[in-house]
Amino acid sequence: MKLRDIKEILNADVIVGEDKLDIEVKTAFGADLMSDVLAFAKAGSMLLTGLTNTQVVRIANVLDIAAIILVRGKKPPPETVSLAKDLHIPILTTKFILFETAGRLYAKGIVGCIEKVESGSERI
Amino acid sequence: MNESENTIHTCQLEVEGGNFNAAGTVATRIKSILKELKMPDDIVRRSAICCYEAEINIVSYAKKGIINLTVWPEKVLIEVDDEGQGIPDIKQAMQQGYSTANQLIREMGFGAGMGLYNITSYSDEFAISSEVDKGTFLKITINKH
Repeated sequence: MKLRDIKEILNADVIVGEDKLDIEVKTAFGADLMSDVLAFAKAGSMLLTGLTNTQVVRIANVLDIAAIILVRGKKPPPETVSLAKDLHIPILTTKFILFETAGRLYAKGIVGCIEKVESGSERI
Repeated sequence: MNESENTIHTCQLEVEGGNFNAAGTVATRIKSILKELKMPDDIVRRSAICCYEAEINIVSYAKKGIINLTVWPEKVLIEVDDEGQGIPDIKQAMQQGYSTANQLIREMGFGAGMGLYNITSYSDEFAISSEVDKGTFLKITINKH
């Protein structure tokens, strides 16, 4: 599925990366705890989160996250937008809550980047 | 064979304590260095995760820190040396979920007691020593799998 389709499904606004809507995405990870994002999110996945600070963009960069989807109508501060532009990481924002965002994407074929963790953690 | 002769890269990077905005920049730098050296993706990813968590700890709890990176063809060593408050009870600090993080750290999405735990999960060898009011030293080794 293309990021353009994700934008439609979530009725999302594109904050950074209008020129990147043709990238392909198949998987996602959702969390507001950045240590868990570091531990579990996989390269090429979308990151669904309600956090908007610059750490989200840096982590997305370190993990090769395809796009950041901000949920619950969150709008990122200017420093986050500017860092995402510098690092070429798309940011979309949707008014849907995390549960709805994940559910709507799953219904259209997007799956988790991992299905579950093993005994509280997952070793790659 | 002398290990130090086979290193393909070494560098020293500084982390400023308290500068939450810059946290993660050293991890980003280490990732690009390892990518340029054409290290396997798995090593690059695990090194960046360990470095990120170590950096967050320095920013949160220390005045400053130094991260030394040493790279061999199939191994990465990350040594983290900070000047800070230190850890009184290392066993407790290593437990998943234990944290002394303040509100600011938690608002950034960290401070849930996963940092040192993540480092142990993603490294192959991990050593930690600490002295209260002096600082903490981490030695993190990541091998090719």
